[in-house]
Amino acid sequence: MLGEIGQVALILALLVSVLQAALPLAGAQRGVAPWMAVARPAAYAQLALVGFAFVILTHGFVTQDFSLLYVAENSNSLLPLMYRYTAVWGAHEGSLLLWALILAVWTGAVARFSRSLPETVIARVLGVMGLVSAGFLAFLIFTSNPFLRLLPAAAEGRDLNPLLQDPGMIIHPPMLYLGYVGFSVPFAFAIAALLDGKIDARWLRWTRPWTNVAWAFLTLGIALGSWWAYYELGWGGWWFWDPVENASFMPWLAGAALLHSQAVTEKRGSFRGWTLLLAIATFSLSLLGTFLVRSGVLTSVHAFAADPARGLFILIFLGIVVGGSLLLYALKAPSSDDAGKPFELFSRETLLLANNLLLSTACAMVLLGTLYPLLADALELGKISVGPPYFALMFVLLMAPLVLLLPFGPITRWQREQVSKPLAMLLPWAGLALVLALIAYFMAPQGPVKVAAGVFGAAWVMFGTARFVWTRVRSQSSGQRFTAEMLGMTLAHFGVAVFLVGALLTEGLTTQRELAVAQGQSVELGGYSFRFDGAAHSQGPNYEADRGTVTVFKDGKPFTVMHPEKRAYASGGQVMTEAAIARGVIRDLYVALGEPLGNDSWALRVHIKPFVRWIWAGALLMMLGGFVTATDRRFRRVAQVRESLPANEPTPEPAR
Amino acid sequence: MNPVRRRRLLWVIALVVAAGIATTLVAMALQRNIAYLYTPSEVIRGEAGGQARFRLGGMVAADSFKRAPGSLDATFRVTDGDAQMPVKYTGILPDLFREKQAVVATGRMENGVFVAETILAKHDENYMPKEVADKMGMAHKKHDVAAPGGAGAAQEAK
Repeated sequence: MLGEIGQVALILALLVSVLQAALPLAGAQRGVAPWMAVARPAAYAQLALVGFAFVILTHGFVTQDFSLLYVAENSNSLLPLMYRYTAVWGAHEGSLLLWALILAVWTGAVARFSRSLPETVIARVLGVMGLVSAGFLAFLIFTSNPFLRLLPAAAEGRDLNPLLQDPGMIIHPPMLYLGYVGFSVPFAFAIAALLDGKIDARWLRWTRPWTNVAWAFLTLGIALGSWWAYYELGWGGWWFWDPVENASFMPWLAGAALLHSQAVTEKRGSFRGWTLLLAIATFSLSLLGTFLVRSGVLTSVHAFAADPARGLFILIFLGIVVGGSLLLYALKAPSSDDAGKPFELFSRETLLLANNLLLSTACAMVLLGTLYPLLADALELGKISVGPPYFALMFVLLMAPLVLLLPFGPITRWQREQVSKPLAMLLPWAGLALVLALIAYFMAPQGPVKVAAGVFGAAWVMFGTARFVWTRVRSQSSGQRFTAEMLGMTLAHFGVAVFLVGALLTEGLTTQRELAVAQGQSVELGGYSFRFDGAAHSQGPNYEADRGTVTVFKDGKPFTVMHPEKRAYASGGQVMTEAAIARGVIRDLYVALGEPLGNDSWALRVHIKPFVRWIWAGALLMMLGGFVTATDRRFRRVAQVRESLPANEPTPEPAR
Repeated sequence: MNPVRRRRLLWVIALVVAAGIATTLVAMALQRNIAYLYTPSEVIRGEAGGQARFRLGGMVAADSFKRAPGSLDATFRVTDGDAQMPVKYTGILPDLFREKQAVVATGRMENGVFVAETILAKHDENYMPKEVADKMGMAHKKHDVAAPGGAGAAQEAK
């Protein structure tokens, strides 16, 4: 019964979203105030309905209602309670419902926190979000209904994929989706601005915190996914350039470019058209990501064995969104005589332009590598895959100039700057970074080039950013505040430095061995000695495991004891490796059990991964930067400006 | 030419050059790093001839998996239902590697044996990589090889 109620709630939500799209958009076009006023209540109603449907599905999981097909396929009576909640988004249907719910949450939040915007703008923004929502709800209801009944009910469920029975998986998808879906706000704003025919810098200022928050969530989601892959897949890698990782990385890159270009457009009025285009591209890439992951067209660890109808539906939806937005852009893009304040060749504008070019080129490069196999397949060129070296090489080539230019951005003035000034400020620090890199080069036991590059890049970004902070703090006495926006930027740029240490030093210094060990045998690696003390049988809630014991010695003294496991899950018999990790700030010890080789001997994989945690620490700093920036008081000043003006007549002059 | 035009021309030239360099680099990097997927019968027919490094896809043949005692050297055969190919691999195999399951190995041919650098087996016992399913087509039906994956993958194979 409850399942049917959930179904009805979803259908009502679809109707409400159609209403939320149609009336306010038409109302804004014709200036009918009552139609525009529908937007907010419709957004709240949609949130309530989708939230209700989500609660019902969760209830089905918690109470083990195996008469729901989706529950029966993704749960099991032995599944621990915590994972019953998270199993809701463990497969296709539920994760789409989560997508729809998060979109409803963002829409509700926009409705709630947009009091300062003119009615026409908010009606259009909510209307566009309603359109997106209608597309996803229709997709959910017509191709991937989570409330399908299974009659007669199954006696036992098939269980949640063991890979997903993990704390990291609880928050990875919601965070990722908060990011993906959050980009619908700048997207809706861009469409609203195009419909309106002009881009007002004050409204743009209003969207900036939303973009920052969405980007911060996406950063967190990607970092969690990478961290999860590291400890759960048992390979010790942290990024695989897997198509689905790429699918989340492309909106991240485009989003990072968008953050910067929005700042230019808001403050200087330049790059208007480009900012709109980026907002459209970022959200389109989020949709493309969803399509790639959910349609099963790509061979990836995330791809579910999918129904072709679904892929087609998302593809059509994607075509409408991308095609429609680009058409609108082509028809109504801002004209070039509205180009904002002029700037010279060496200025912060130019540096941010370079930032945008590099980030969007990197994004295009990833897109090409990800879609190339699909293209080749469609053109009958054969079944191919693009290897990680392609991505790694191209990415390094594109990011190196970005890292080199990064410290110049904040200390260079808008509009016009003498080249010598920032150079003079930063050259000593570049020298110091070079010296450190040289020392690292000769000290590194292996991979000296990567280590030196990592040390140089990190030190350069760190010193350069610190130099900026110092300048600002010193000038504080003259009345210039150190704003939340600056703090956020500083944190994110420090995050880049920390990430560089993590990524390049881990790649350069990782040592690993894979070998067969008998009980009592030891493996020597990087100053540590790993003694295998055998594997014993153990019993978990819904799995049986072989639990290995590895005693680690450092300089002959016992250091720690590690327990890598090999688990066999009761239903389906799927086998999973649980790596044992001894965490550390400067290095992780990583031990994974392979398969039994007979005679009490086992295959064992041992890694030492220096600085690997810095990768995620860097990502967390970037995330924090996004959140902190969003709290800047300046973004909330839209309200005060508006009160002194008639609501529907924004001044075309860009605010400073 | 007036200064504005000259500046514009320089911009255009710079852009074209940059785009050209980028395209060349991307094309080169792509060319070096793509790996084609072949099935054992295609390899035996010589269709993989020019490819030094490629991916071999198919099912792990029943009763073909062997490990040298006390070492990580493994050998097995990959079948597409029509032909088989011996494969050699040293190292830990993925959790889902099993006989009569789909596998994709990346490596190269050495004296009639495919020496694998990496082995991929997919994450769900009911799932076969779509490209492998496509490649093998209906071949598996002619033989007593386990159907590749569940209903979903079988559908895709059509």
